[in-house]
Amino acid sequence: MAQVNFTPNLRRHLSVPPAEVPGASVREALDAVFERNPQLRSYVVDDQGRLRKHVVVFIDGEMVADREGLSDVIEASSELFVMQALSGG
Amino acid sequence: MKKGERIQVASRKGLFTLSRSAGGGWAITNSAFLGDPVTIVLDDPRDRTLYAALNLGHFGIKLRRSEDGGKTWEETSHPSFPQEPGDGLDATPSGSSVHQIWALEAGGADEEGRLWAGTIPGGLFVSDDRGANWRLVESLWNRPERSNWFGGGYDDAGIHSICVDRRDSSNVAVGVSCGGVWITEDGGQSWECRTKGMFAAYMPPERREDPSIQDPHRVAQCPANPDVLWVQHHNGVFKSSDRARQWQEISDVEPSVFGFAVAVHPADPDTAWLVPAVKDECRIPVDGKVVVARTRDGGKSFEVLRKGLPQENAYDLVYRHALDVDGSGDRLVMGSTTGSLWVSEDAGETWATVSNHLPPIYQLRFSP
Repeated sequence: MAQVNFTPNLRRHLSVPPAEVPGASVREALDAVFERNPQLRSYVVDDQGRLRKHVVVFIDGEMVADREGLSDVIEASSELFVMQALSGG
Repeated sequence: MKKGERIQVASRKGLFTLSRSAGGGWAITNSAFLGDPVTIVLDDPRDRTLYAALNLGHFGIKLRRSEDGGKTWEETSHPSFPQEPGDGLDATPSGSSVHQIWALEAGGADEEGRLWAGTIPGGLFVSDDRGANWRLVESLWNRPERSNWFGGGYDDAGIHSICVDRRDSSNVAVGVSCGGVWITEDGGQSWECRTKGMFAAYMPPERREDPSIQDPHRVAQCPANPDVLWVQHHNGVFKSSDRARQWQEISDVEPSVFGFAVAVHPADPDTAWLVPAVKDECRIPVDGKVVVARTRDGGKSFEVLRKGLPQENAYDLVYRHALDVDGSGDRLVMGSTTGSLWVSEDAGETWATVSNHLPPIYQLRFSP
């Protein structure tokens, strides 16, 4: 089971506790989280399921490579962080 | 609360509610979503539900709903484009995603629960259950002319105006920047782009009158006579008295025919207000003076109204959704991209400053 953690900035809008989920790819892991928390989906991915432009996922410290298909392979021991880029003023 | 005594203001950093006191002064009496961009607010005249469209930037667009006048909010579903599969070569999804809700309007009095939403990119969406579910109006989205649309101020074309005919809810006018004025007379099953009389100086001569590239900055409809539409267009002001079949250019607007906002009197289709700016490549008030242009004769002549508005070194721009008139036609409110907000209680003759310190104002309107 991979662990998925979320930026604390999401807590302003909804509850996002760390999740232990099955999955062989970033897509599968995130889909498993969204199944538990459907409202979270549109905060992380766009209408087509692509990672939002200013959201990034790190897999064991490495930035996700496939931002559209989210096909990056993960291990059962992987730790994912869903973070936001800093922008605006 | 009487009609016209409350104003909802959507801004770059939150939603603000203004209320009128017994003495006639206006003050901010509620706020929500502080720090977050609110692109559109709707106070549904049918059941007084408040809807606020947010654009959270990193986390996308959201739609929140309040049934207690803005004290508490719940997240509801929001317009989104259907998922389109990849091309089969890889798992990469193609297709559009909503960047911004740019228009949100209630359906007719006879259409319980119906909401219309316009987005960037230029999708028109409809909900028949108060926002719980949305569907793309594919009859418009799939029109081949849509390939001619392009962004005006944003990367993609967008729908910013949705006018529902009070006499017949199946008549709806939609304004697209840049994509023309689209009319349905069958509740959205079929559409016609009607821009005859409009012109686009930003296009090559042979495409100057092309309907699907016109840039109506804002479309406003007279509630008492919905056949009358006013448009503040990128290249001037236009009026139609026959439900957009023919547009007349209104050229004598002082101090300029350029601007974004237009408001029409609720009972008198010949009375309208505009907020002119210099021109398209210089979007500031003429001579640094904020003024409102008013016609009471259908656009034949205009008065320039300025009492109470800043007349020196003022660079406020009133964006397309930031001018509104109440149901009496006497009260007006306008807000600027530099956070000023003014109210008039005498049809624009004189204005009172409510604030000069709000965030940039995207949209505002009187509560019904």
